[in-house]
Amino acid sequence: MGAAAPPRPRLKFADTQIEMSHGAGGKASRRLVEGLIAPAFANPALAPLSDAATFLLGGTRIATTADGYVVKPLRFPGGSIGELAVNGTVNDLAVAGARATALMASFILEAGLPAAELRAEVEAMAAAARCAGVPIVGGDTKVVEHGMCDGMYVSTFGIGEVDERLTLDPRSVRAGDVVLLSGPIGDHGITILLARGELDLEADLQSDTRSVWPFVERLIATCPAGVRWMRDPTRGGVATALNELARDCGLGIVLREEDVPVRREVRGACEVLGLDPLHIANEGQVLAVVAAEDAERALGAFRSVAGGDGACLIGEVRAERGGSVIGVTRYGGTRAIDMLVGDPLPRIC
Amino acid sequence: MCLAIPGQVVELVPEQPALVKVDVGGVRRNVNVGLFEPGEIGLGDWVLIHVGFALSRVSESEARDQLRMLGALGEDELAMEEVRGYTFAADAERR
Amino acid sequence: MTTMMKYVDEFRDPALIATVAAEIKRSVDPGRHYRIMEVCGGHTHAIYRFGLRDVLPENVELVHGPGCPVCVLPTGRVDDGLAIAAQPGVALTCFGDMMRVPGTKGTPLELKARGADIRMVYSPLDALKLAQEHPELHVCFFAIGFETTAPSTALTLLRARELDLRNFSVFCNHVTIVPAIRAILDSPDMRLDGFVGPGHVSTITGCRPYEFIARRYGKPVAVAGFEPLDLLEAILMVLRQIHAGVAKVENQYRRIVPWDGNPGALRALATVFELRPYFEWRGLGFISQSALKLKDAFAEWDAEVRFEVPGVRVTDPRAAQCGEILKGVLKPPQCKLFGKECNPEHPVGALMVSSEGACAAYYRYARIEA
Repeated sequence: MGAAAPPRPRLKFADTQIEMSHGAGGKASRRLVEGLIAPAFANPALAPLSDAATFLLGGTRIATTADGYVVKPLRFPGGSIGELAVNGTVNDLAVAGARATALMASFILEAGLPAAELRAEVEAMAAAARCAGVPIVGGDTKVVEHGMCDGMYVSTFGIGEVDERLTLDPRSVRAGDVVLLSGPIGDHGITILLARGELDLEADLQSDTRSVWPFVERLIATCPAGVRWMRDPTRGGVATALNELARDCGLGIVLREEDVPVRREVRGACEVLGLDPLHIANEGQVLAVVAAEDAERALGAFRSVAGGDGACLIGEVRAERGGSVIGVTRYGGTRAIDMLVGDPLPRIC
Repeated sequence: MCLAIPGQVVELVPEQPALVKVDVGGVRRNVNVGLFEPGEIGLGDWVLIHVGFALSRVSESEARDQLRMLGALGEDELAMEEVRGYTFAADAERR
Repeated sequence: MTTMMKYVDEFRDPALIATVAAEIKRSVDPGRHYRIMEVCGGHTHAIYRFGLRDVLPENVELVHGPGCPVCVLPTGRVDDGLAIAAQPGVALTCFGDMMRVPGTKGTPLELKARGADIRMVYSPLDALKLAQEHPELHVCFFAIGFETTAPSTALTLLRARELDLRNFSVFCNHVTIVPAIRAILDSPDMRLDGFVGPGHVSTITGCRPYEFIARRYGKPVAVAGFEPLDLLEAILMVLRQIHAGVAKVENQYRRIVPWDGNPGALRALATVFELRPYFEWRGLGFISQSALKLKDAFAEWDAEVRFEVPGVRVTDPRAAQCGEILKGVLKPPQCKLFGKECNPEHPVGALMVSSEGACAAYYRYARIEA
């Protein structure tokens, strides 16, 4: 791990300016990172381009991650930017097999931001950090002129120790392995879309923001040798995360579409807006690929965690159609499931 | 070409008679019913929604008939012939 | 997890789908090739999304038609809309579908990133509301769509007139489906055996406008819904007509489509719009009486009257074979640009633009066989 990255087609960044799509977590984001940013910094720890970088420090395998949070509105049903900033970084470490040991936080604040809003976010961060059992040990604050940012942006940095029993690597994924998901998808992305109010849609829906470490911890305790790969499917959704895996392991992934858990309201919103729940962001779910012989035990592990009753086996890895993700239905229909292109835009006509 | 979806009228908006609140799978939105006569769309009705407008009222009996007919396709050949007869009879009636 | 949606999930029932698919298999003549066009882009999208080609016999070929309003909008019209957005004090509103459609100088999303005031709306009424809330702005709605969408624009315009709202206008690009179907039927390389008719257009127009297809051209038509069972049943209806040697218009989507359409919507269309003498379709060229414009009584709200637009015709890249694909002569991967220069992120041709376009749907959902 962290040594030689699997071969990957070199992406060129030829776009002339930054668009919103470069931040949406789909193909454009990938092009930006792989075509413009990563080549300048090229080094072995960066090469896998996973959500957390791992390296040896004094004989211990360390995972680190940094993540910026920009969200409009700052507060939304089920959470706020502060909780996202803690949970997101805890989760990036968790799916690298590391429990967060410490976090740091950097704030960019807009002049004119009510102090009460900032205090509420700082308290939300403190509560989320307590809940995840991780201290916030340092940080930075900067203020920009009014109109230069949407209230506040938060960046967090996290560090943790990788569980030594694990070898997480896309290249360890084998045909026959199964794909496990911790719960229903799309709650966060649809909640944010509705909370912006532009679409005038209402639903009783909450962001799923939470620490996924309890899932990872239980999974490692149950079948440490059978866990091949994990990811928290945030921007770009499950479809994008699995496409990245398919590309990195060179195998095909078959999703049983009816088995992917989606809440009624998320489906409703997706049907109204012409969106695919597989492309919608999550902030409290884990995707894991585990060995077939561990499938039931791994599923049991996820389900035994509080809030894990919606966990499901949603698909498996096949040797055929390497590099792609295929959806299959019970009546035998198949479709290629692509990465997200750009931002998920409502389709109307 | 045009994304439209059935939803149920769950609330009338008294101060705006052209609007009703429609629920699609637990997602609610105000929808304009100005393409219908006043009072033609009532509470509990199912309507087809497109860009914030109700285009059509869903007929439950037609939906049930369709499913029943398609289900009958799976039965034996004789029953299937009956279904075909039924389809064409229904067509003739409608014209 | 139970996520039952009424009038949706019943029509995605795997066992029933298998039943109807088996009936289709039983009914086809193995020695014969069938070419059936689904006119509507929504059908194209559904066929790929639900993997319906996998349950159809190999000799039943679905040909993707021109019913995608974003795909058939010529580049020149996109440029005109974006020229309106470039005017000071103007907010251009459009559906999400338009945001990635390339004009000569970029897509609405790219222009927005460069600072133009372009906003996505879910409904034309949302654009009207924006105008009411922001009297300092002029809000222009970039209207696209077939007969399904045009009545919504019409009611919005009637409301604008009622409110005497002067900071609102519509850039009208509404088109009508029948002339496009006729253009395809008149095309010398047409080799179609029947049509799956556009279900949502028909909620407005009813089924009568398609009768000429059966009468004059002798081709069967089944107006269809958008769920897997709807499409399969419609295909079965068309096949049965072919085998019986008859051609008529059948309504598969009876639960939604009244035979005579929506009279209120037709009245609203007649009040607000008139036919343009001709209109350019991307890939198909100029088609007479195939598009709507605002009547003179609504000139106050007509963006084409209010604003100077370039009105320049922009020809499609010669290498893109959109026209042949739209008419069903070629399949998407047979185009030289498919998947190479032309892909959903950087569409060159019309049909790669919208996810309902034949090429984008093919690229996104069906490349597995390539």
